[in-house]
Amino acid sequence: MAGPTDIAVDLSQALVAAPIPMGHWLVISPIVLCIGLGAILLMLRNRTEWQAAVAIPGLVLLVLIDAALLYRVVSDGAVTMVMGRWLPPFGIAFTVDIFGALMALAAALVALAASFYSLGEITVSSRRYGFFPFLMLLLAGVSGAFLTGDVFNLYVWFEVLLISSFGLLILGSEPEQIDGALKYAVLNLIATTLFLVSVGYLYAVFGTLNMADIAVKVRAGDSNAPLMTLAGLFLLAFGMKAAAFPVNFWLPASYHTPRITVSALFAGLLTKVGIYALIRILVMLLPVERAGLGPLVTIIAIVTMLVGMMGALGANDIRRMLGYIVISGIGTMLAGVALGSVDGLSGTIFYALHSMVLMTALYLIAGQAAHLGGGFSLTVLGGLYRQNGWFAGLSLVLFLAISGLPPFSGFWPKVVLVKAAFAAGAWWLAAAILLVGFLTTIVSGRVFLLAYWRPAAASVTAERMKWHAALPLLGLALLVVGFGLFPEWLLHLTHAAALGLEQPTAYLQSVFPAAGGAQ
Amino acid sequence: MEAVFAVVVGIFFTAAIYLMLSRYSIRIMLGIAILGNAVNLLLFTAGRVTREVPPIIQRGSTTLDLAAANPLPQALILTAIVISFSFLAFLLVLTYRAYQALKTDDTDEMRLAEPEERPLPPLGY
Repeated sequence: MAGPTDIAVDLSQALVAAPIPMGHWLVISPIVLCIGLGAILLMLRNRTEWQAAVAIPGLVLLVLIDAALLYRVVSDGAVTMVMGRWLPPFGIAFTVDIFGALMALAAALVALAASFYSLGEITVSSRRYGFFPFLMLLLAGVSGAFLTGDVFNLYVWFEVLLISSFGLLILGSEPEQIDGALKYAVLNLIATTLFLVSVGYLYAVFGTLNMADIAVKVRAGDSNAPLMTLAGLFLLAFGMKAAAFPVNFWLPASYHTPRITVSALFAGLLTKVGIYALIRILVMLLPVERAGLGPLVTIIAIVTMLVGMMGALGANDIRRMLGYIVISGIGTMLAGVALGSVDGLSGTIFYALHSMVLMTALYLIAGQAAHLGGGFSLTVLGGLYRQNGWFAGLSLVLFLAISGLPPFSGFWPKVVLVKAAFAAGAWWLAAAILLVGFLTTIVSGRVFLLAYWRPAAASVTAERMKWHAALPLLGLALLVVGFGLFPEWLLHLTHAAALGLEQPTAYLQSVFPAAGGAQ
Repeated sequence: MEAVFAVVVGIFFTAAIYLMLSRYSIRIMLGIAILGNAVNLLLFTAGRVTREVPPIIQRGSTTLDLAAANPLPQALILTAIVISFSFLAFLLVLTYRAYQALKTDDTDEMRLAEPEERPLPPLGY
């Protein structure tokens, strides 16, 4: 810090002089919209029958805004909005690149599908508990985490989504839910606290929490600080959030207890926020330390994949089985982080998007199967194929997609990841990904055999699917099939997103336009 | 001064982790309360501890004096305190509710969501 001088301080470098361009409002509008809708829905707590009529058009608007944001980011490059006149690194900045915009759009689509499904599943009493307001605040937290450009702000959005997820988890207050929620709440709070510890150390080392500023300072390489320890702490905190191997046990303990719509939302959104943050911090901010941690992340990825599959093979309850499949998907995503190459990251991002859509769809399928077959247990279910052929076909498409078989969206990210693993000479990683694909085929094949083909225990009358269950499932399945058949567009986007993480010049330039990307 | 704070933070973390390893949910809650305070102290120390000089620019000067307190970590801690306080309140209510619904505060006995003897999936038709 300089002593008192007579030199006039140049405030033009610190303050926003020009009004914010209209287009920049697009960056925070998803968050503002979600919080605003949440407030309106809270006001409607005595008129719960109106809540869906407000929430669903609001979510359609959210999807449109996120799509517009993605279009803008793809055509113009990363966009930054600065709050409260202070320019970064002093003020809080929201910065969106292709990666963040893609994840936010997928999150909005998933929430829209789940809210349609909730029309049939979330009863009046669950609505009184506040399903729709919590859903909106959860989305505000998720969108905020995807769009922010400041590490402390990321922590705050994590807390926003965490407290909303607690609310959603105990919707109904059954003893089983309270049991699951206690474990979920304590372990996730500890993970978030670990994240805050790492944020504190990050601030102690760099004296700033703006992501772009940190990226510039790291690349300038003028710090002797123990960054490896810091990267390890971040890996532990986000690994816990994402349910990676040694710290994954909260997920199968809690994900099967809430209402199926809530499980679907959690499976689609929450663990992926952990992966997003892990990629953002380790790949963009601390690339050298990520390379150093590479062997460790490889081991974590492989063990996570296999442990997830072991659990899925031994589970009797479909919801628990899907929880383990979520874990094994996290392992597959970590494989790309371990490789760290542009291709590996591109595969990880594609897999994350695919998994968001598909895991939500699979939980909804499980809910519908329980509705038609009278329970979630594989010992009870049976005869679903005879009962409703359309539903069985739809389920088969989604089961094949999670196994990573060709005409569906699970195939391409695995191809990209396996190719990247071979390019890096990590054949054991490629072998693990292929082995897990094979084991997933067994798991989903067994579900199809037992629940769909096996004759039903008692004769059940064929039931038609209600439109609010069929519509979101059809929509999600269309996405899965569409991106399986025509992956070029998304592959191109995820490649650009991975490139933007590896060489974040566009990101830095959007935060520090005057300095041309370097301070 | 930083060294003293570092030791205090270390003691806080030790106590918090010891309590969180307990079987009883109320001790875990106490551990989480201490953990929150440990992190707040850590954030405070991360901003460098200086003697009480408020960051106010003197009349006639355009920059801060030599060593002023850093206001940013204090803003961060304020946010973290509010958040950890509200979360602790929620968790305490949840623990109490769990105690009422499950009739125990021993986490080893809370096996409703994960029954001890899980049925295997059918191994054939």
